[in-house]
Amino acid sequence: MSAAPRLASALGEVYRGLRIRHPSASGTPSPRAILELSKLDRETGRNPAIGVAYKMRGLFSTAATQFSRNPMLRWGFRMTSSAALKRTPLHSVHCASGAKTVDFGGWDMPVQYSSILEEHHSVRKAAGLFDVSHMGEIEIRGPQALQLVESVSTNAVGRLKTGQAHYSALLYEHGGFVDDILVHKVADDCFFLCVNASNQEKDFEHIRAHNVFDAEVDFASDRYAQIAVQGPRALEILQQFTPARLSEIKYYWFVDGEVSGVPARIARTGYTGEDGFEIYISPAEAPRLWHELLEAGRPFGIKPCGLGARNTLRLESKMALYGHELTASINPFEADLAWIVKMDKGDFLGRAALQKSLDAGLSRKLVGFEMTGRGIGRDGYEVWIAGRPAGWVTSGGPSPTLNKNIGLCYLPLDTAVPGVEIEVIIRNQPAAAVTASTPFYKRAKA
Amino acid sequence: MTYPENYKYTKEHEWVLVEGNTGTVGITDHAQQELGDIVYVDLPKVGATFDKGKSFGSVESVKAVSDIYSPVAGEVVAINDLLTQHPEKLNEDPHGAAWLIKLKLPSGGDLTELLSAEDYQKYIGE
Repeated sequence: MSAAPRLASALGEVYRGLRIRHPSASGTPSPRAILELSKLDRETGRNPAIGVAYKMRGLFSTAATQFSRNPMLRWGFRMTSSAALKRTPLHSVHCASGAKTVDFGGWDMPVQYSSILEEHHSVRKAAGLFDVSHMGEIEIRGPQALQLVESVSTNAVGRLKTGQAHYSALLYEHGGFVDDILVHKVADDCFFLCVNASNQEKDFEHIRAHNVFDAEVDFASDRYAQIAVQGPRALEILQQFTPARLSEIKYYWFVDGEVSGVPARIARTGYTGEDGFEIYISPAEAPRLWHELLEAGRPFGIKPCGLGARNTLRLESKMALYGHELTASINPFEADLAWIVKMDKGDFLGRAALQKSLDAGLSRKLVGFEMTGRGIGRDGYEVWIAGRPAGWVTSGGPSPTLNKNIGLCYLPLDTAVPGVEIEVIIRNQPAAAVTASTPFYKRAKA
Repeated sequence: MTYPENYKYTKEHEWVLVEGNTGTVGITDHAQQELGDIVYVDLPKVGATFDKGKSFGSVESVKAVSDIYSPVAGEVVAINDLLTQHPEKLNEDPHGAAWLIKLKLPSGGDLTELLSAEDYQKYIGE
């Protein structure tokens, strides 16, 4: 019982008065929710990076956030000095455009420019431009680069071709997530990892600590800005700036070429469920490219999009968010990510624990839900089945595309299937919901 | 957006209009702007009573939930059903059609510590 309040007060301290309402403060917490929170809490004490990751999610999208009575903090956005926060090369561009920014894992990031709903729809119907320069980059080079990446990640790196990327995970020995990552094969002896902003130092140290190979691990985040162009018109807009034949880049492949006359890595990846590209470019060039893409994209309906829309878009597409669906106490099978774990590729960090978990049988699994009663199930809320605590919500909110309230939750394995009636405890009141098949939204293939 | 002179405001961005022994309560235009797209409004039941400064409901934007505190003590005599179906009206007309609740006030209500329109606008820097 005591773990959650400790975590809550820790979060409150970091955010200068923000009070986070945790499951234990809104009714009887489920044993699993307590377990989850207590694990996080213990890890926070042991590994500050995990704590930061959790806090980041807590601030940004913890629905259960009760803002301080301090009026300057009440309405969801910090208005105090942001001097201590990290900034992307586009920070001043965002501020000049009137974007609202929030403290996102230690970064002062735009959460919205105009309206989260408008931005969301622009990505589904036309195009959206995202500054994701806060994401971390780690380069691994050397004769045994492949062996190192293979040994610390879950997907089959050996099956990647040069110019191909895949989604993967870094795990602890016990099978829980260090982070979820993208691995790009640049050459036989060079791999480029894109990792979560708030995890980048942790990931770097983790990989380095397990580098028993002839490989160099290079923390490259300062050398890259990252801009994502997402949506059905993304290709047409970006094509105006590059000689690379974008239509020939397959999903989850990339090319090293030029964008607007300067070197760029162009990957057909994204976190929105739409077609689109993620462009890695020198930080010095980012503001110019941002303006050029916005200008050229205007006739196509492009809008600059913040982290708010990024979150609703990824949730509709059931893309996991570290700190919510993925934590150090969740393994990839529980997170419904078996497809990024190649148990047959040979040994890797966490494999033994995963095998044990499979042999014993999973106890819980991630499943989608839709609210059928009034209210929005938000992350941290408890989920009950047949009058008993059964699990907890990891992400939840309105789906602007489907016009209903959706979410993801962990439930006991036998109930983590579509069509199960559940109750989400919202402000001490049960609200009806039903588990649903995912992704909630899937774009029509071109 | 104008801030009506006959409303009183809180530093937590609610307003109250007192007419006789009825107080109409809403959130300010500044509040709705800061919250962004409002997608859900949770209001109390008619008959519930609230002390001054107590939370009587919540407003949810796409990304977050915020509690709403009562600027005055009273008993809920009406809630705005419009917001049940159209929470987005709070973004459009926060000082008018999108009021939240009406309270029956004991002896005209305690309006101490509330701000005038002018002071509230100074407070939020407009």
